[in-house]
Amino acid sequence: MSGGTRLENANPVIFQRSGERVLTANDEDEDVHDPIDDREIFDLIRSINDPEHPLSLEELNVVEQVRVKVDDAESNVSVEFTPTIPHCSMATLIGLSIKVKLLRSLPDRFKIDVRISPGTHASEEAVNKQLADKERVAAALENSSLLEVVNQCLSTRSI
Amino acid sequence: MKEALSLVQRLSAHPDSRCWFVSWSPTGTLLASCGGDKAVRIWGREGDSWICKSVLQDGHQRTVRKVAWSPCGNYLASASFDATTCIWKKKNDDFESMTVLEGHENEVKCVAWAPSGNLLATCSRDKSVWVWEVDEEDEYECVTVVNSHTQDVKHVVWHPTQELLASASYDNNICIYKEEDDDWECRATLQGHTSTVWGLSFDAAGQRLASCSDDRTVKIWKEYPNECGQDLSWKCVCTLSGYHGRTVYDVAWCRLTGAMATACGDDAVRVFKEDETADPDQPVFSLAAQVAKAHSQDVNCVAWNPKEVGLLASCSDDGDIAIWRFQEED
Repeated sequence: MSGGTRLENANPVIFQRSGERVLTANDEDEDVHDPIDDREIFDLIRSINDPEHPLSLEELNVVEQVRVKVDDAESNVSVEFTPTIPHCSMATLIGLSIKVKLLRSLPDRFKIDVRISPGTHASEEAVNKQLADKERVAAALENSSLLEVVNQCLSTRSI
Repeated sequence: MKEALSLVQRLSAHPDSRCWFVSWSPTGTLLASCGGDKAVRIWGREGDSWICKSVLQDGHQRTVRKVAWSPCGNYLASASFDATTCIWKKKNDDFESMTVLEGHENEVKCVAWAPSGNLLATCSRDKSVWVWEVDEEDEYECVTVVNSHTQDVKHVVWHPTQELLASASYDNNICIYKEEDDDWECRATLQGHTSTVWGLSFDAAGQRLASCSDDRTVKIWKEYPNECGQDLSWKCVCTLSGYHGRTVYDVAWCRLTGAMATACGDDAVRVFKEDETADPDQPVFSLAAQVAKAHSQDVNCVAWNPKEVGLLASCSDDGDIAIWRFQEED
């Protein structure tokens, strides 16, 4: 996570950002119950900054709307993310940033599962286990230097 | 026959943070809780309700993960993410910090007293289990550091009567330790869970051990005599699967009734009863009661009152403690 060293993935493929959500009449009607949907979750995480590049997770195709699943009635959210390279050492940090963003944004009733897209990372199982261990996530977030890095990923970038 | 779990009281124990663990005093009159707010709270009964008797603050710089009472009930130990374990001494109605045990490299995950009260065990994310000896002058000395696990150690628990220690880990295994020539050694490794083992509980006699895991199962392990006399022999005699929707964070085996309670990441509290007619080498447990939304978030801990039959405490990420009464009705 130290700056200045050689980039792990120096020339990432950059993807097009998706457009803004198209609002329907029901979305604007306060009286209509409006469950949280995949697009809403995607909108929360797509602008998270990559720790290495001045690009968003969406632009690097680390997150995609099709890999977001939400069940509002069951209070479950599951997100799969795809590291840009199979040996990316930032995978845990990226997953943690997605998790923290969702923990901070969603109501407490939600169970949030963040995993690596199957087959896209060398240490997939170890990273998934770490991200699913809420005790280790809680301890990590009490570490002020790590929290600062996470907050940097979550800060809105001025273009 | 119908069994039910009814709510006695809900307490907002650690508001705006997690309540990680609860522990009953040996007489069952006090309940200690700890949480993400770095505090330990002591709850006692007044009339028909449970109230906060004292708040133990300033002992820790970070989350207090677990608490444990000494067998005499005069001391309380608290394990913290700040890498220390604090020993509190009860003075009349209050508690004062007496000793701070240091040595672990990072987060201390659990602390437990041996039945004699002369030994204390702690475990940590640094993969080690430490055994501490307490002398008459209340001095603590580390007598052993055991490194049998290859990952974060989540829980330690002592046998109800013997000086036998068990630990559960992120490496999916359980280790059983015994003292051998002044040294504590791992004498058995219990393999079977396919993910992190979060909690352990011995039955009243100490011949069986229940474990719960991130693999959403509870396993029952039984000790068998070993002819060679060398390593201890524990075998998995029962696996409870299909009951838990998410990680099982804790299991508590009631010493009074044999009922087994579980705390689960799907917000539910469940109680299992053993079929007493089944073969002891192939025990059968069935779900006797469950409260699906026992808490509004993950349930982290369940604890049976050691004296009052059927009284169960649970606590949750929502910061609350709930006290339940488990009753078997005819």
